[in-house]
Amino acid sequence: MSGVEDIPSGPVPGAGTRAGRRGANASLLVGGALVAAVVLLALVSFLWTPHDPTLVDAPNRLRGPSAAHWLGTDRFGRDVASQVMVGARTTLFVGVVAVGVAALVGTPLGVLAAMSSRRLGELVMRGNDLVLAFPALLLAIMFGAVFGADTLTAMLAIGIATAPSFARLARGGAVEVLGTEYVLAARVAGRRRLAIAVRHVLPNIAGLVIVQTSVSFGIAVLAEAALSFLGLGTRPPTPSWGRMLQESQELLTVSPRLALVPGLAIALAVLGFNLLGDGLRDRLDPRLEARG
Amino acid sequence: MSRSEPRSPVLTVTGLTVSTVDTELVRDVSLRVDRGERVGLIGESGSGKSLTASAVLGLLPEGVRATGSVRLAGVDHDLLGASERALAALRGRRMTLVFQEPMTALNPAMRVVDQVAEVMLVHRTRPDRRSARAAAVELLDRVRLPDPADTARAYPHQLSGGQRQRVVLAIALANDPDLLICDEPTTALDVTVQARMLELIRAATARSTGLLFITHDLAVVASLCDRVLVMYGGRLVESGPVHQVFTAPRHPYTRGLLAASDLTATDERGRLRTIPGSVPGAGQFPAGCVFRTRCDRADQACGQLPDWRGTPEHGHACWHPTHPGGGAP
Repeated sequence: MSGVEDIPSGPVPGAGTRAGRRGANASLLVGGALVAAVVLLALVSFLWTPHDPTLVDAPNRLRGPSAAHWLGTDRFGRDVASQVMVGARTTLFVGVVAVGVAALVGTPLGVLAAMSSRRLGELVMRGNDLVLAFPALLLAIMFGAVFGADTLTAMLAIGIATAPSFARLARGGAVEVLGTEYVLAARVAGRRRLAIAVRHVLPNIAGLVIVQTSVSFGIAVLAEAALSFLGLGTRPPTPSWGRMLQESQELLTVSPRLALVPGLAIALAVLGFNLLGDGLRDRLDPRLEARG
Repeated sequence: MSRSEPRSPVLTVTGLTVSTVDTELVRDVSLRVDRGERVGLIGESGSGKSLTASAVLGLLPEGVRATGSVRLAGVDHDLLGASERALAALRGRRMTLVFQEPMTALNPAMRVVDQVAEVMLVHRTRPDRRSARAAAVELLDRVRLPDPADTARAYPHQLSGGQRQRVVLAIALANDPDLLICDEPTTALDVTVQARMLELIRAATARSTGLLFITHDLAVVASLCDRVLVMYGGRLVESGPVHQVFTAPRHPYTRGLLAASDLTATDERGRLRTIPGSVPGAGQFPAGCVFRTRCDRADQACGQLPDWRGTPEHGHACWHPTHPGGGAP
């Protein structure tokens, strides 16, 4: 034992400190701020909006920005700023439902496919391909026909249609993690399958899933706009950024502002969720932490 | 090496054969590790050392089967053919493995302390998370990690290779296993770190833990182990006390390994000695003696499989063994 006693004890670099994490803060901060803005708009809209967003005021239609109407009015004289505020609710609702469904259904399926026997894994993934090949729009139309078209059913459809991309991603990530020695080490330690999935696989694919979530969020917001355009999404008079955009297109030459405002809102929200996803990944993934 | 108490076997492997559908990868391996004994398992890459270890632990990849018998002291069933549940209860508790590559043997997304504590919580050798964490920090101290309390909070990437390997060892030792298998645990480490690691392994196995140490580094075996097993082509070709095998090898393969390890010996052209040829791929070993295609003593007799001569603890399998003491052909 004597030879062991005199091992030099250098400090462990970076242990217990958070120094390496600062690099991630820029995107985390900007993304977080944009997302927070959307959340704030939505929350405030429950309590207060400058005007009733659905109030038709024909004499004041297509007015430019003014003290009374900060972002002007649309072709029915409705207040654009109020519509944007209430529309933020729809956007969040859309994101939470569609992406939530997709992630909560897709991720466990992908991990299951990676961890189960080859035959069951193949079955899950081929079923996955089947759903992936099925057009989201068609699914939304079917859902709309059966359950009635509104934001929730449309987003459930989008969520189910998006789930396969999560499953695929999760399976790829899980296969990689399962091939590592620390999973073998966990088996050597006597860990059972479910514990390996929860303790080792999920945390190590969380980064992938989070990034996919942010990307899917943007897709879901756009999908909602497309479905609303077709009359399968958010129904009037509930304001939604997608529908505002769609309503503006006939007036694009007369009043580009009406397209610009919801367009910008959508772009900023999508950007915010993407940046947030990026920043979160940098923060959650300890492997990236020490670099830079 | 002069322990006086009677020895009892921790691990007894009898007639272990590992095969895929069409290829035998390990054939008829029998070995025994006693309590407190350190056994080295040496051989070139591809000789079946790691597969033997995987078979013992029940970690063979899909499509690879093992037959024979693997018995662990105090377990009344054969480990081969045991259910995954039964094996999981033993792995990490009674028998454990230290990997070669410390860079990938730890979960990058988990703090070190939780990874050490986990193995104790899985087997309920500590009542709760708190005490398991405290025990984990003690273990990290025992493997001589600097500032164990700080290191415990670190993520694996914040540690050096040597530090990580010591964490891996701490995990292996957490439940005071009866059998510790090390699969080339020092290969990825530099020499000074390697010496410390070996010292820790020696200390850890001083009492009742049996050690099976897989390596191709003969110097490590010479300094660490009591007994050595030599594998080639999926077979055991020689075994015996380290001193005797290394000073008086009987099997030409052992002799070749020893000659190749001697960095002061050169051939007539001034080059380091090697064993001619290379290890054949799996399934391409010759019938009869597996070494005969590379052996300078091989003749017609070697077409027949040589019988094991001597005891399982000290013997060899060769038709033309070199004479004890006289190594030169």
